[in-house]
Amino acid sequence: MTAVRRFLSGGWLPSYAFLYVLFLYLPVIFLPIFSINTAATPKFPLSGFTLHWYEDLPRTPALLDAAWNSLIVGVSAAVLSTVLGILAARSITRYRYPGRRTINGLIMAPLVLPEVIVAISMLLVMLQLGLSLSLFTVVLGHVLVCIPYSMTVLTSGFEGFDRSLEEASADLGESAFGTFRRVTLPMVAPAIISSLLVCFTISLDEFIIAFFLTGTEATLPIYIWGQLRFAAKLPGVLALGTLLLVASFLLMTIAEILRRRAARRTQNEGGLYA
Amino acid sequence: MPEQPQVERSQSDRPMIEIRNVTRSYGAFKALDDASLTIKEGEFFSLLGPSGCGKTTLLRMIAGFDNPTGGSISVGGQPMEGIPANRRPTNMVFQSYAIFPHLNVEQNVAYGLKRLKLQGGEEKRRVEEALAQVSLTGLGKRLATELSGGQRQRVALARALVMRPKVLLLDEPLSALDKKLREQMQVELRRLQQAVGITFVLVTHDQYEALAMSDRIAVMFGGKIAQVASPKEIYQRPVNRQVADFLGGMNFVKAEIVEENGASLVVDTLGFGRVKTDKPKAFVRNGGAATLGIRPERLRVLWDNATAKFEVAGKVVERHYFGEITHLIVEIPGLEKPLSVTETNDFGADDIPVGTSIRLAYDPEALVAMAD
Repeated sequence: MTAVRRFLSGGWLPSYAFLYVLFLYLPVIFLPIFSINTAATPKFPLSGFTLHWYEDLPRTPALLDAAWNSLIVGVSAAVLSTVLGILAARSITRYRYPGRRTINGLIMAPLVLPEVIVAISMLLVMLQLGLSLSLFTVVLGHVLVCIPYSMTVLTSGFEGFDRSLEEASADLGESAFGTFRRVTLPMVAPAIISSLLVCFTISLDEFIIAFFLTGTEATLPIYIWGQLRFAAKLPGVLALGTLLLVASFLLMTIAEILRRRAARRTQNEGGLYA
Repeated sequence: MPEQPQVERSQSDRPMIEIRNVTRSYGAFKALDDASLTIKEGEFFSLLGPSGCGKTTLLRMIAGFDNPTGGSISVGGQPMEGIPANRRPTNMVFQSYAIFPHLNVEQNVAYGLKRLKLQGGEEKRRVEEALAQVSLTGLGKRLATELSGGQRQRVALARALVMRPKVLLLDEPLSALDKKLREQMQVELRRLQQAVGITFVLVTHDQYEALAMSDRIAVMFGGKIAQVASPKEIYQRPVNRQVADFLGGMNFVKAEIVEENGASLVVDTLGFGRVKTDKPKAFVRNGGAATLGIRPERLRVLWDNATAKFEVAGKVVERHYFGEITHLIVEIPGLEKPLSVTETNDFGADDIPVGTSIRLAYDPEALVAMAD
């Protein structure tokens, strides 16, 4: 009986939470550990410390090409989806019109669609349109999967934007453009930067759509996929993976901080402190 | 000590805002219906009414955030048609205060001055002066998020006043504050308006706020202006039952018109008998019936053997205690509704038992005739 009572009292919850986090992140922790191991095969016990695998990375031309491709795709996808996201988020948060919720739902849908299916459908459409597969088609694919994220970040930044702020600016003599520059933009800038970072990160890490839609040019995840065929290349892949992991983690953290700042700015209005 | 702006202190009779037959329709719905009004220079003017009466619509049209679908508005003798909000000689204190959250207090107040590109230390001097006017000296570097509601309100005021507008528009500026702070700000706003001499136009749904602060009040219902007058006149001589009701308690008594001439009315009532009263300017006769009104505090309890020239007798049916005053509900033979009486507690009105027969004194001057 006491065991049941203890179970019901929830005293086990901290241990459960600990195991849960361990299960999630243990594999991720192995990555950096094996990437600084001298042995070429990832197994314990570790044989010695080296930064050799990292030093090799910049000396691999194929990897540099892939990194460059990823950068181009990432930046393009981030800019495009953020611009489209701004328009959509502004419309959804600012105006009331029939079908608003449906449109919002449709924009968010790629989040839950199976990525393989999305990738195959996009491939079919691109080929039907007569587009030859290239980084450009990858960008289009990435925009589709990035927009839901961009929308989420931007709507939370735009939501509750007090319209009277823009009116106050006009009232104080500022022109429409001046109001946009001095009030609207600074207030939503953190959300916009946050959206750019999130989209860039998603694009940087995305594999399936890039795999289907790219021609001969590989992005980083595709390069990694290709390298996995060679056992000797594994430590290098681990080192590269570690770098990607760190970069993604940093970008997402910065993005989240900015998103929260934007949300605070727009929502802490009115006489809340009266 | 910075030099105070040289603005005409005293109120003049020169019109500052002229609103002529202004209508604002949204399809078939008229938010404002043929409203005409003149607001004088240096006046503290209030637009008073329940929500949806058109007062905010009118204020926003003066500011330039909305445009009339008919009629015209001029400010300082200049027609406002086609002039956008950013080029009007008006500034507004918003209900939400609309403090720019990414700027500190000083930057908020200096926002409108930046465009003027003032020479030397003029901008800084004017910001300091505005902050001093609203008692925020020394808080210039604070962020908007670090301010209390009352302080935000002061920033909003300073930000508008620093522009030295011809007219300051205030959209329910005190509604977000708690009662005590609100009452304190009413006094301060009034004092500030007297000091700077700028025409203030206040929108409010709070009758006490309007009565306490204004030189004149326009009471509005359903997009129409019902009455424009001084607080005292609005309170004592409401033109109709709606206005009377909106400005605090009023006892209504049915009356029969016996005689009507240019300045006065003689009516017969049950309870008050035959009464001769001033005829209100806006009185429109509607058959032989009229309504008389008397405020609860204009009925006084007569103690013991005291007598008055005009009195009515009745019986206390309810008693409600409010600290400094007591509210008595008194049934008068012949009146369909019992009278509300407000009596101060210094003579023991709070001890009158329910069921007591009492006599009430009144001044026939306090009986006001109104259109139904």
